[in-house]
Amino acid sequence: MRRLMMGLALLGLGLSHVQAGVVERQLENGMKVIVKQDRRAPIAVSQVWYKVGSSYEHGGITGISHVLEHMMFKGTQQHPPGEFSRIIAANGGNENAFTGRDYTAYFQTMASDRLEVSFELEADRMRNLLLLPEEFEKEVEVVKEERRMRTEDKPQSLTYERFLAGAYETSPYRIPVIGWMADLDALEVEDLQVWYRKWYAPNNATLVVVGDVEPEQVIRLAQRHFGALRPEMVARPKPRTEPSQRGSKRMRVKVPARQPYLVLGFKTPVIGKAEEAWEPYALEMLAYVLDGGSSARLANNLIRGDELAVSADASYSAFSRLPGMLVLDAVPTPGTAMDVVEAALLKEIARFKHELVSEEEMERVRNQIIAAKVYEKDSVFYQAMLIGQLETVGLDWRLADDYVGHLKAVTAQQIRQVANKYLREDNLSVAVLEPLPMDEGVAMLTASGVDDD
Amino acid sequence: MIDSRTIRLFLLCAGLLFAAAVTATPRIATWQTANGAKVLFVEAPEIPMVDVRVVFDAGSARDGAKHGVTSFTNSLLTEGAGDWSAYQIAERMENVGAQLEVGSLRDMAWVSVRSLTERKALSISLETLATVLAKPRFAPDDIERERQSILASLLQDEQSPGSVGQKRLYRLVFGDHPYAADPEGTAESVKSLTREDLLAAHQRLYVARNALVAIVGAVDKARARDIAEQVTVALPAGEAAPPIPPVEALQQAVEERIPFPSTQSHLYLGQPGMRRGDPDYFPLYVGNHILGGSGLVSLLSEEVREKRGLSYSVYSYFLPMRQFGLFQLGLQTKNEQAEEALRVVKSTLERFIGEGPTEEELQAAKQNITGGFPLRVASNGKIVEYLAVIGFYGLPLDYLDTFTEKVRDITREGIRDAFKRRVDPDRLVRVRVGRLSPPVAQVAEDAGGAKQ
Repeated sequence: MRRLMMGLALLGLGLSHVQAGVVERQLENGMKVIVKQDRRAPIAVSQVWYKVGSSYEHGGITGISHVLEHMMFKGTQQHPPGEFSRIIAANGGNENAFTGRDYTAYFQTMASDRLEVSFELEADRMRNLLLLPEEFEKEVEVVKEERRMRTEDKPQSLTYERFLAGAYETSPYRIPVIGWMADLDALEVEDLQVWYRKWYAPNNATLVVVGDVEPEQVIRLAQRHFGALRPEMVARPKPRTEPSQRGSKRMRVKVPARQPYLVLGFKTPVIGKAEEAWEPYALEMLAYVLDGGSSARLANNLIRGDELAVSADASYSAFSRLPGMLVLDAVPTPGTAMDVVEAALLKEIARFKHELVSEEEMERVRNQIIAAKVYEKDSVFYQAMLIGQLETVGLDWRLADDYVGHLKAVTAQQIRQVANKYLREDNLSVAVLEPLPMDEGVAMLTASGVDDD
Repeated sequence: MIDSRTIRLFLLCAGLLFAAAVTATPRIATWQTANGAKVLFVEAPEIPMVDVRVVFDAGSARDGAKHGVTSFTNSLLTEGAGDWSAYQIAERMENVGAQLEVGSLRDMAWVSVRSLTERKALSISLETLATVLAKPRFAPDDIERERQSILASLLQDEQSPGSVGQKRLYRLVFGDHPYAADPEGTAESVKSLTREDLLAAHQRLYVARNALVAIVGAVDKARARDIAEQVTVALPAGEAAPPIPPVEALQQAVEERIPFPSTQSHLYLGQPGMRRGDPDYFPLYVGNHILGGSGLVSLLSEEVREKRGLSYSVYSYFLPMRQFGLFQLGLQTKNEQAEEALRVVKSTLERFIGEGPTEEELQAAKQNITGGFPLRVASNGKIVEYLAVIGFYGLPLDYLDTFTEKVRDITREGIRDAFKRRVDPDRLVRVRVGRLSPPVAQVAEDAGGAKQ
């Protein structure tokens, strides 16, 4: 549901009277700087994007990019642990960081006259991180707590993690961003030092600023703070291409839970790696037709209609570094068998193969995307996010400009073609959460009499 | 994607209204519609879009004995209205790229629309909004489908240690008060609600004198007047809902441990906190910002996370409501160290109440709050939420203009005094959800890691 609110679905730049120019420059050390002026409010967001994330990792050190992200707040020669956050806070700033499959990004939002504060701190920690062992020992425990909170104790998240791990054979998209617990347990601060040296360099970074700023001034400021940083030899990650799937896969995940859950996915291409350039856009359109709002097919046929599911979603991202999947998931209505829901989802997929999507549905998707592009102007953060994400997965931020145009050009025949080509049974993976009784779990656990303290 | 340091989410609860005038605050115009609905409007000409949020005093505090009825009613508004089915309502909006959302909490329930200002889009959006507010169908099929959806959502809560703990905390802190109940109700109450119950709730609460219309967007005041009239014209004038009874202080500490098959224990501490417009609002707000409301730089985060690595997220917040809302502290940590984490939280709270903040802590908090003001009102989406809160709770229209000044006036002594009077560490509700006595094998597995 509400796919329009998610991820990269809202790509693009907006109307000309609020859209000022975007200035792009590469510093001599290889760092790219992209500045977009937006004068609505006297604020600016500054984001530093690194081309590293869980899809750059290998077995044994999974989760390392994310742990390093945490450690980036733990001190440099100039600024002791925690001071980064205190300085930003004292300047009225809002800061955070996030790690994904294809990137690690750091951001501050502040009054636009404070931009230099953020540049100074970011430049410092790009090359001068301390990685103190005693700070690492504590922080890796924080990350394990994060993993317990986000994954271990959330039946659907756990199922989704196992789904990805099982669906992909060699693609690093099988690696959970937060890392496997055993790898977190075995992680050492020396591993982080290697990882930091390898990826945290100006020639592997993109600085994006959006807000009430003069682009040329921002470029000069960036030059002043980042310009002297030494570049690094950054090796391109190996392709680790996912071999074509030879038959469907099924997984069962048994967890104490109250509700069953189903997730399924078909391997799909991405922009830049598709056989035909339009294919990813056709898949985007297909996902919207399934889940672009409450009038879309999943809501109308599964949630209403046959009332088989209380929630049903479809997602696909055309803009990732490596090929991924078109993923569908659903929670059945109480009393509805899981195989009935699965059959209904697959029936919706099958429909695309022999029936052309109506012009009415196509037009509705187009209008939603056009409107969403206007709404996204309401957030400088989101505008910066789009630029940074595109650049970091190896695409050009200008693709955002062309997104609506590309989607508008997709025909119903092309949607039928991609459905037939990629949404095949041999290309399918399915994971089903099978709830174990929760009360029995508790009874068993509490009966042992071992104190937990 | 993982959003890894998102503790600041909790700030949304803590300080929906922590803003003030370093730069121009939005200029708020206000008036009443012909049938008595209050309107708050801010003109924002830059982007050709408009947000309209209609808020009713129709949260679960109005449920009476029928738990969940207001939430159920609210969620059905868009499931069929006037001549349209749920599909047709969605289709109308989505055909023109407009967004329609409903929501309800303990105090308020709302319907909101975001639309382009383009003539056809806006006209369809407003017509749809007016109809779902005034003429919901409550068709038996839609009711049954929605009932199943709510029951499923309640099941979902049961598999989440966080939801289980949060619900229990409310029950124990608020006792017999209407705030005690979960807004969605219970499986039992939801199963027993009838179409008549829903119709009656709608008739009683979705009336003009019980409504607030917040508008932000690229329309002038004359057009905003038309919009406000159009979306409320079909509502009967009705009456504002009666006052909600005050929340009583806790008489004693309460502790509850709920066994749950999770790797972490979720810990909650709570007490009745403060109301909107509370005379102690500013010292409590700024004080809490220091204690546990400022993410990674808060005292709780420093003690629990930065110094000891015990939890990913630890926080405290006041949720100001019509009457005293919740004052809450919380964290999650692996079961074996739950008692240790709890001791740290309690001692941090007790020390803060005893000593108050240091001068440096207070200055840092003031700088953060006042320096960050422009961020709070930097988007139409944020401004419309402020308008809803200011209008709904009857806060003064210069609330945003005077906010920084009031924050700057706060002293260490003021914070210490307010916390001493308002927070009693000896009468806290404590809820722990998690494995209380894990078997040895399970502990070993947790410590050893992956469960492949």
